[in-house]
Amino acid sequence: MAAIKVSRGDRAYYIVCGAVVVLLTLLVLYPIVYVVSASFSSARAVSSGRMWLWPVDTTLVGYRYILQYKSVWIGYRNTVFYSFGASAIGVMLSMFAAYPLSRKKLHGRRFFSLMFTFTMIFSGGMIPSYLLVKNLGIMNTVWAMLIPGSLSVYNMIIARTFIQTTIPEELFEAAKIDGCSDFKFFFKILLPLSITIIAVLSMTYIAAHWNAYFNAFLYLNDKNLYPLQIFLREILISNSFDSDMLDPEAVEQLQTLQLLLKYAVIVVSTAPMLLIFPFFQQYFQKGVMIGSVKG
Amino acid sequence: MRKTLREIRRDWQLYAFLLLPVVYITVFCYVPMLGLQISFRNFSARKGMWGSEWVGLMQFSSFFNNYYFWRVLRNTLLLSAFSIVCAFPFPILMALVMNSLRSRSFRNVCQTITTLPHFISVVVLVGMLFQFFNARNGIYGNLIMKLTGSYPSDPFALPENFRPFFVFSGIWQNFGWNSIIYLASLAGVDLALHEAATIDGASRFQRVIHIDIPSILPTIVILLIMRTGQVMNIGFEKVYLMQNDLNLSSSEIISTYVYKMGLAASGKTDFSFSTAVGFFNSVVNMILITCVNKISDKLSGNSMW
Repeated sequence: MAAIKVSRGDRAYYIVCGAVVVLLTLLVLYPIVYVVSASFSSARAVSSGRMWLWPVDTTLVGYRYILQYKSVWIGYRNTVFYSFGASAIGVMLSMFAAYPLSRKKLHGRRFFSLMFTFTMIFSGGMIPSYLLVKNLGIMNTVWAMLIPGSLSVYNMIIARTFIQTTIPEELFEAAKIDGCSDFKFFFKILLPLSITIIAVLSMTYIAAHWNAYFNAFLYLNDKNLYPLQIFLREILISNSFDSDMLDPEAVEQLQTLQLLLKYAVIVVSTAPMLLIFPFFQQYFQKGVMIGSVKG
Repeated sequence: MRKTLREIRRDWQLYAFLLLPVVYITVFCYVPMLGLQISFRNFSARKGMWGSEWVGLMQFSSFFNNYYFWRVLRNTLLLSAFSIVCAFPFPILMALVMNSLRSRSFRNVCQTITTLPHFISVVVLVGMLFQFFNARNGIYGNLIMKLTGSYPSDPFALPENFRPFFVFSGIWQNFGWNSIIYLASLAGVDLALHEAATIDGASRFQRVIHIDIPSILPTIVILLIMRTGQVMNIGFEKVYLMQNDLNLSSSEIISTYVYKMGLAASGKTDFSFSTAVGFFNSVVNMILITCVNKISDKLSGNSMW
């Protein structure tokens, strides 16, 4: 291609494309950079608009207060626990369902598949789900965060499509002839071959649980069980700062610090996701692509 | 028949794998569907889900005759339609433009950056929105102050601003992520087509119009159809976070209304009424998805099931 001379019209087109992409990228980047810079600047510089790109009057005050803000750390601990716990359950359930449903000769395969897909188009809704959690007696316990919503049928279908397209039916047959049971096949052959899809599912589940607040919002009212997102909602949206969670000295200065605290808390809560994501980008993309293939 | 039974017995281990997920889906998806029957009752906590008295369609008729019925339905449909119309073209444009870039590394960097916001939680997204457009200490407030010499009024207090804020913050968050699927399908375009067109003297832009767009058109159609089927399914989370007392006339949608009637109404919550409202939403949603799926199947042979 390099040998072909680029015509003038094409060159103009490439420049326009490059400019559009750069512009859109900057549009996405600017708010993120702004938040990070604001979290390192003095509250006065931020609120007066003197800080518009890079930190002004650099300070770590916001972060110092975050360190003392116990809710945030309680939330952090809970969120890590919930995301990893619920994802482990979700991956397990997804793989358990995906494996049998990928076997074309299984009797009742259509029935079970329909049973799963139907839940994607119809649901009992908010109140019946709430009553279910209540009747199960898991309201306001960690189980309410780990179990409801841990299996995503969409992810299960992705796993099923992956197995169907990458592991040939002949492999099942051959293993069977050699006396390999279905259990053994799953653990000894299928799982090692499915590392990619397990990574894809884990990432997708963890990202979803990390950012979710709905279940916690409905099912929890014990502050010690709250995930990070609930505390973030209090700080960012409801503007309520829990002064019990700060030392008295800090409360005095709170008014001026609210702004800094907001920006710092956004950085602290979102950084893990945004920093880790680029390294696993290919897995997320793979999930999207497999999901778009007809299962 | 005997053969079938024998095969089922032979495959018992496969059914054993299915057991746990099936129990899970039964308990957490199908049991709540049974719970929908309380929308035909007058639920009282004392008599419970199965003992409360039957009232037929009373809850539904009281919703349809309710002052809020048209408002929440209208808001739900408007917000959703507005989201689809405005947000849908962006990822396509992004993918077409990205695909025209010649430097791979530049493209990768831009793609990584534009997909980042997808991983920001709704709470943080709405928090950022509130902060940036704060009329006193946000970027918006300070900018207006510099330009006009006085602070603007609070933009979130106006009902007519709710939908644009909702939709455009959504575009910001997701256009990069949603372009992945189009980029993938652009990557599958046969290079020979491009080569042949180049030899025939087609410019890059002409190749976009005559090769790239037609080859991703099926993907575009399917995604658009799917998206349309989701019109009643707009999420609770972000809308609820962006609501305030002043913008309710445009921000109250069915799911937030269900929540308020069923779980948040101070003093008296009405499980039966709000279940009926949710039921109505689910049924309309299901009908839409099924129709849309039929259309997609007819047009392109692509069906969800």
